[in-house]
Amino acid sequence: MTGRSTYSEAALSADVLVIGGGLAGTWAAVAAAREGAQVVLTEKGYCGTSGVTATAGPGHWWVPPDPQLRAEAIRRRQLTSFGLADSHWMARILDTTWRTLPTIANYYDFSVDDSGAIHYRSLRGPEYMRAMRRLTEDAGVRILDQSPALELLLHNDGSVAGARGLRRQEQQEWTVRAGAVVLATGGCAFMSKLLGSQTNTGDGQLMAAEAGAELSGMEFSTYHTVAPVFSNMTRSMSYAFATYLDAAGRELAIPQGPDSTRALARELLKGPVFCHLGRMPDDIRAVLTRISPNFMLPFVRRRIDPFSQPFEVTLRGEGTVRGTGGLRVIADDCRTTVPGLFAAGDTATRERVAGATSGGGAQNSAWALSSGLWAGRGAARLARERGQGSERPVGAIGGAGLRPRQPAAAGPSAAEAIAAMQGEMLPFDKAIFRSGGKLKHSLSVLDDLWRDLRASLGGRGLALAKARETAALVASARWCTAAAYIRKESRGMHQREDAPQLDERFARRLLIGGTDWIWTRFDEPVPELERAAS
Amino acid sequence: MIELVIAERCVRCDACVDICPTNVFDAVPDAPPRIARQEDCETCFMCELYCPTDALFVGPDCEHAEPTDEAKILASGWLGQFRRDSGWGEWAGDPRYRNEHWRMDGVFLRAREMNERR
Repeated sequence: MTGRSTYSEAALSADVLVIGGGLAGTWAAVAAAREGAQVVLTEKGYCGTSGVTATAGPGHWWVPPDPQLRAEAIRRRQLTSFGLADSHWMARILDTTWRTLPTIANYYDFSVDDSGAIHYRSLRGPEYMRAMRRLTEDAGVRILDQSPALELLLHNDGSVAGARGLRRQEQQEWTVRAGAVVLATGGCAFMSKLLGSQTNTGDGQLMAAEAGAELSGMEFSTYHTVAPVFSNMTRSMSYAFATYLDAAGRELAIPQGPDSTRALARELLKGPVFCHLGRMPDDIRAVLTRISPNFMLPFVRRRIDPFSQPFEVTLRGEGTVRGTGGLRVIADDCRTTVPGLFAAGDTATRERVAGATSGGGAQNSAWALSSGLWAGRGAARLARERGQGSERPVGAIGGAGLRPRQPAAAGPSAAEAIAAMQGEMLPFDKAIFRSGGKLKHSLSVLDDLWRDLRASLGGRGLALAKARETAALVASARWCTAAAYIRKESRGMHQREDAPQLDERFARRLLIGGTDWIWTRFDEPVPELERAAS
Repeated sequence: MIELVIAERCVRCDACVDICPTNVFDAVPDAPPRIARQEDCETCFMCELYCPTDALFVGPDCEHAEPTDEAKILASGWLGQFRRDSGWGEWAGDPRYRNEHWRMDGVFLRAREMNERR
């Protein structure tokens, strides 16, 4: 690493290292600690405010343990998964979420509704993540905030030995040697200004891919959420009452529900689109800030009354956040194909519970909680068998953004590389209305970009962390684009204008991996039973 | 984006430095924190929520910094609005700022019914 000699190092050792302190990471750390493991959690920002849960209001997928209700909920989700989900995993997250959420009642002040019933499923983000931080601390986990992970450490046999990163406020490196590592760094929204996602740059996916891990479902990355054009306030509830208008003030026919994105995007490609929330009933307006205290902030501070004054809107891409792609997990404990490496939350693929259609906030939160618990527990058990391994030799395996091959070569700056990546990933005509020709072109631009940044991008201190983030963003962009190009059909959120039909030959998950050279492979068909259900 | 650290309100606790997800602030000895990397701000408003004295102001624009007049902001009533509406700190337990997030499901249902009637 450049600048090694000028920074002091914090060298720690643990049974389990959790990278990422959002919803999945905190649950993973708590679960590992409860198994008796010594746990370190590192977070790029601050565990409690970072990520897409803290700024939102997760309403978990929540079905009482009545066999018929559960079976019906799973059957309904199977219909929209287009054959790629797995009822076993859906049943598991329903069960784990139902059992677990009430256990944080000492940390989160659950609401009592008008009938006197306690509401567990729907929590406010800042309070939920504040509670999760306290729970994590009380479990004895050592938290390193403002400490982005930069790369994994591997033993000679290819198993994971820990990770290395930067304590960015102290200009100090950290190294954590661990018996097992859980990646919970979130999805990747390509810095689209989706609320809370600026830190979700695909860091874990890149680190894992460098170790040889596989990803799955990266083509399911087209979900978008509406927001005022000047704002990142992608809180969707109030837009259920939206009326959309063109620049001349004529009402646009935008359907509600999952079809609204494509209709809105089509209009946005023609010209500016405006919106007002005048259909929201008065009694809901009166409690809006008690439901979502952040929703009105941008309007109030722009002196806009969103209920009577039309405001211009746009769509913010969610990438793999409310997409379903991520690291492939191969067992109930969310282990990846790399020994010692586990994945949880949006870092992992959510195809097993959502398939080709976004599970939305409800399934994603239930998945983050459940996969976090399973990964943390699995990592603790593995670490108990393996030991911390801190005496064995290790190698640091990070490439792009950390160790440029030709540091003197002229290449893109981090800002230029991000702008070039966004030019392929954010425009609606490319991101939403996909076609083979457009995808192929984007892929060639992104491959060139990767080659150039691989040669020259690096830095020191904060610039090094930025360079590494940039590499991770471009890596996720390439996997999403390549997977979308290979899946020559339309399935769920992945819609191709040149292949608008479902094609049964593709009724299987698409695996992808590699960094300098990207490979793809269709997985074995998911069990016939699962497909028959859809 | 983050626009103001209001010196007369700041108690130098550096909570904003600690909790900012994108590391926008630098701590300054014996002085209020400095907005050192405004361009990295993700307009998440978390610093306002964690500031115990409502000394921070985040502007509504997530794309661009906007010139912001401190005197006008002090008079606006917006400082501390998010922390108060969230029922944090001294507002905890105030029934006017109760957490009613649980109503979200019902709101979605109402919207669906209205849209089906249309």
